[in-house]
Amino acid sequence: MRRSTLAVQVGVLARRSVVRTLRQPAMVVPSLVFPLILLAINASGLDSATRLPGFPTDSYFQFALAIPFVQGALFSANSAGTNVASDIESGFLNRLALTPLRRVALMMGQLAGILALGLIQAVTFVVIGVAFGSGIAAGVSGALVIIALSLVISLAFGCIGAFVALRTGSGEAVQGVFPLFFAALFLSSMALPRNLIETDWFRTVADWNPVSYMLEAIRSLVISGWDGEALALGFACAGGLALIALVAASSALRTQMVRT
Amino acid sequence: MSEAAIEATDLVRDFKKGPRAVDGIDLRVEAGEVYGFLGPNGAGKSTTVHMLTTLLPPTSGTARVGGHDVVEEGPAVRATIGAALQEAALDPFLTGTEHMKLQTALHGMRRAEAKSRSGELLARVGLTQAADRKVGGYSGGMKRRLDLALALVHEPRILFLDEPTTGLDPQSRSALWDEVQRLASDSGVTVFLTTQYLEEADVLADRIGIIDQGRIVAEGTPAELKAEISRPTLEIIPAEHGELARTREVLARFGEPANSSPKGAAVLLSEGEAQLADVVRALDADGIHLQHLQLHAPTLDDVFLAKTGRSLEGAAEEEAEQPDPEQAAAA
Repeated sequence: MRRSTLAVQVGVLARRSVVRTLRQPAMVVPSLVFPLILLAINASGLDSATRLPGFPTDSYFQFALAIPFVQGALFSANSAGTNVASDIESGFLNRLALTPLRRVALMMGQLAGILALGLIQAVTFVVIGVAFGSGIAAGVSGALVIIALSLVISLAFGCIGAFVALRTGSGEAVQGVFPLFFAALFLSSMALPRNLIETDWFRTVADWNPVSYMLEAIRSLVISGWDGEALALGFACAGGLALIALVAASSALRTQMVRT
Repeated sequence: MSEAAIEATDLVRDFKKGPRAVDGIDLRVEAGEVYGFLGPNGAGKSTTVHMLTTLLPPTSGTARVGGHDVVEEGPAVRATIGAALQEAALDPFLTGTEHMKLQTALHGMRRAEAKSRSGELLARVGLTQAADRKVGGYSGGMKRRLDLALALVHEPRILFLDEPTTGLDPQSRSALWDEVQRLASDSGVTVFLTTQYLEEADVLADRIGIIDQGRIVAEGTPAELKAEISRPTLEIIPAEHGELARTREVLARFGEPANSSPKGAAVLLSEGEAQLADVVRALDADGIHLQHLQLHAPTLDDVFLAKTGRSLEGAAEEEAEQPDPEQAAAA
């Protein structure tokens, strides 16, 4: 019998990951609906913030449009972590370990599911933003860059979710970590530009929080057009986090998927 | 001597937290044999299977499966074996056909060959009609049968089945037994089967190893093991429940007490069935009237009792209170 190639392994596992994700409406729908609910609440409740001197736009909806892209990515962490944990708990990972599967193929296949969910989210949020009059200052190509950055952010948080699942082997642990991701979102420049945050400790945390730079990169494309520095920082934070999380998840997979 | 399908020498597995799960196991399973590995929960059966299937490195000792060392030649071992481990490891969101596609692709089968093999295996386990339904809607028996079909995709010479019928209804259990027997007799597959069911080991296995607290305490064919005990159990139910204590006293003169129904008393006859007439006479002399009398031939549970001092059922309850070695490993 032939040995399956890496491409075949990645292909079948990616297909499984995407199919599995799309067949769980309870995982896909909240990741679309909840960020939009938060967007609606923020846009209607915090509109007076636009009157602050130095606020970058007169539409809080346009300012807040960046939030769903990151919040949706946080759901990717939950989705990826839960799927991986369920594979460990059910013994499916052992079934895969008994085939000639390479670990890298398993990781890449899993990431395909994260990216599929991330793509659905990003396209939905762009369409809704435009439909409700936000406009994208950087135009169509800017919208494509927003989608690309959203995918990198989804990848980063998805890999963190996978890492937690692979380290603990438990779906409950993944659920337990989920609120921490939201704390990271709230302790960023989510609600106000960093220079307008008056509380010192909050501004310091937001300055050190990579989520701030992810939001600001998307926000720059929506509000002001092409801003090289904001984009570089956003991609660097998302890409760096994705790389660290991917290395950590791959290492945890080596421990979890033991075979001689 | 020809090479064994499975051979282990002084196999040990320790976990950081918890007891030594496998404590120096030696075993030899010949090609084409169905070997039953019988023991209560937590006895070390699954840990042994995990080591033999390369999913867990042994702490010490050696094992060869299909002629390959489980530590040094993991990929070669995996190419030789199929395994259906505890709890059918399936994805509830995929269909039976999608599981087969995934498994055949990972084993490097060409599309046409994979399609034909999948169809053949799904038909063999009676899942053709359900093949395009999501596995989440399958019954326990259907999941186990799909699990078995997946383990057979690459035509393994050696098959590991870890408690394949646990939790199944009698009909599903019987269907799975038929399939295992067919695999062994028609295809010459070597089967290493763990179970906590005496009847399952008795029906399926050519030879049985009884494992308790990580050690093999007895090994042989079911007939050999029962012959080792050679003492039948006599169970008596007195006509009046009030006579139960006196019945026990009388029976105690003829051997060690044995497990019985709540209404009766039982004894492992120390000198065999020849004592039956003496027992009846003694009961009659004491004025005890009988409602029911039954002589049981030795069972594997008797063998387990004789070798470990506990019944298999009692041991299972006792072990259930101990930490699970696999969980301890994960901890």
